[in-house]
Amino acid sequence: MIVENLLIQISLLIGLLPLAGSLIAGLLGKRLGTTLTHRIAISFVGIAFFLSCYMFWKIVIHAQPAIDHVFYTWASAGVMNFDVGFLIDRLSATMTLVVLFVSLMVHIYTIGYMEDDPGYTRFFSYVSLFTFSMLMLVLSNNLLLLFFGWEGVGVVSYLLIGFWFKREAANFGSLKAFLVNRLGDIGFILGIAVVLWLFGTLNYHEVFRQVPSALDKVISVTPDYSVNAITFVSLLLFIGAMAKSAQVPMHVWLPESMEGPTPISALIHAATMVTAGIYMVSRMSPIFEYSPQILSFILIIGGTTAFFTGLLAVVQNDIKRVIAYSTLSQLGYMAVALGASAYDAAIFHLVTHAFFKALLFLAAGSVIIAMHHEQDMRKMGGLARYLPITYITFVIGSLALCAIPPFSGFYSKDTIIEAVKLSEMPGAGYAYWCVLLGAFVTPLYSFRALFMTFHTKPRMVIYRMLYAHPSLLGDSIFILPEHDVIAKLGEEFPGSVMMALDAGLTPTFWLTIAGIATAWLFTAYRPSLSTWFTHRFSMLYKILLRKYGFDDFNQIVLVRGTQETGTLFYDVSDVKLIDGSVNGSGAMVRWVAKVVRNVQTGYLYHYALAMVLGITVFLIYFMWG
Amino acid sequence: MIALSEYLGLAAVLFGLGTAGIILNRKNLIAVLMSIELILLAVNTNFVAFSHYIGNATGQIFVFFVLTVAAAEAAIGLAILVVLYRKRATIEVQNLDVLKG
Repeated sequence: MIVENLLIQISLLIGLLPLAGSLIAGLLGKRLGTTLTHRIAISFVGIAFFLSCYMFWKIVIHAQPAIDHVFYTWASAGVMNFDVGFLIDRLSATMTLVVLFVSLMVHIYTIGYMEDDPGYTRFFSYVSLFTFSMLMLVLSNNLLLLFFGWEGVGVVSYLLIGFWFKREAANFGSLKAFLVNRLGDIGFILGIAVVLWLFGTLNYHEVFRQVPSALDKVISVTPDYSVNAITFVSLLLFIGAMAKSAQVPMHVWLPESMEGPTPISALIHAATMVTAGIYMVSRMSPIFEYSPQILSFILIIGGTTAFFTGLLAVVQNDIKRVIAYSTLSQLGYMAVALGASAYDAAIFHLVTHAFFKALLFLAAGSVIIAMHHEQDMRKMGGLARYLPITYITFVIGSLALCAIPPFSGFYSKDTIIEAVKLSEMPGAGYAYWCVLLGAFVTPLYSFRALFMTFHTKPRMVIYRMLYAHPSLLGDSIFILPEHDVIAKLGEEFPGSVMMALDAGLTPTFWLTIAGIATAWLFTAYRPSLSTWFTHRFSMLYKILLRKYGFDDFNQIVLVRGTQETGTLFYDVSDVKLIDGSVNGSGAMVRWVAKVVRNVQTGYLYHYALAMVLGITVFLIYFMWG
Repeated sequence: MIALSEYLGLAAVLFGLGTAGIILNRKNLIAVLMSIELILLAVNTNFVAFSHYIGNATGQIFVFFVLTVAAAEAAIGLAILVVLYRKRATIEVQNLDVLKG
């Protein structure tokens, strides 16, 4: 019991420390100065991180039973209570550790990356606020607090994508991210509403306990068409997850989000926030398990995302966009694992992905800083000589991403592929081929980026002074790969060595090797081959460059459509109806007054006539009326 | 013996003439004053006729008051008319339209 109480106090502290850091950095940042601000923000997150280590150790390693604790009842209506409470179990403890670790690294990294930025303290405030929201999302014991965190990270994501608000692309990207996420939130909040309607509570445990008894309930969508309530809930919740975790067709916002500063891309748009959807589906897995149709749906969506967005990364030239599309593809892998009911595999991949993808992003950020904010890989090349530490980290990140055996990515990704292979869901076959081919595409794009950036001839137009990046920048990215390996060992995967040795027998491994070889062939050995390829398959190349037309479709149908509809309503209802009636009533009064004014001639005899006529009318009325 | 209805008919004719004079006259303001006098006289006629018919002298006494007031009114009216003429150099009714809205 003492341990339990201690853990409860610790979890509260973990949740609130980043908030305190954010408030101090945001409100007092200007007065405290940059150094003191980052010291406070980092130490707060650091303390939270060490506390979360303890929590992870107790809950996951020592297998402490899950704790469900309510701190505060926010509101109660009838039998329903809306609580602020934490659920500390293996899932949330793992997620907390991941979030705080990556967040701490990004906090430290930021010191170097944002050094001369005028918004330095603002940035720290946002990042800490993000950490707080993400922890609320992860730790909550009910859907409402989860939604609070969900929206919180959405807002901070918006703020941070548009951090350089003077750039038009940044504003466009932040708006796009926000709008697409709103679309998913419609599904999510409707899902929460249906859960509340079905079970009368939002607490996870109580909901899950009641799920088996609600299997036969139906919901009327239209008067003569009704669907199974559980399936309906699953679909709505997954729509929310699709937007947050950027699954096709709601993936369009993630590449745009790369307009934000690179530390943010690492923290929010690779490691933590985008995985919130995966986390949510895993958390709600007792509901999803009862709706096989939705699981098939998830399989198909996830498989599509994993393969087809991976292909897009192959034609990108912006180093951050390559990694962004890679994130999309890996999220697809996680979704596939969810669809195959391999929730632990999904979370395992989430954890390893968080580490190696944050690593890749931070390495890319280091490159970008060294290149004075140049992100085009065509203008890089041969950087391995100038940025050796960055080079090593990038290689390690790429190897983990491509699932080369001794690295963590191998274990998680291979588990997913195996799980899909064994799944008997409709759509699993399609998903299996997608993730298998994805294993070829992943090394293709990541090693293409690696070769283009660090090998080959330097293509810098003006040979700039590549300044040695601040030591902090190097230090922080160097911690991540170490953890990469630890993540693998910490999971105590049975026979991990055996699994690594067996890698040579799986098609995945050979596809990966083939991918690396292809990347080397096309970018480093014979760059002319890729030119020939783009000409030979110009149709395919164009389709990929246009990103399958999703952006065009959105721009033309959704954006233009909305604008046209808006213009239509402006013209018809605003200008004609509302303005018409307001101005019309004014004009009406004016017109009536003009007519009535003619009666008032000013001639006495007219008035006398009117009097006489009036009296006559009255007389007639009184005598005969 | 003249019947009451004939007095009343006379009074009605006088009243009608007076009203018509006010309404139709476009030229001279003095004619309007005269028309008002005509209307008053029509009323007086009614008073006297009814007084005689009912056999009560009050109506006839009332006529003296009305005549007195009518005389005073005519005096004031003519005075106003003189002032008006001095100010605007016209007493034509159709030129007096300052009440126009």
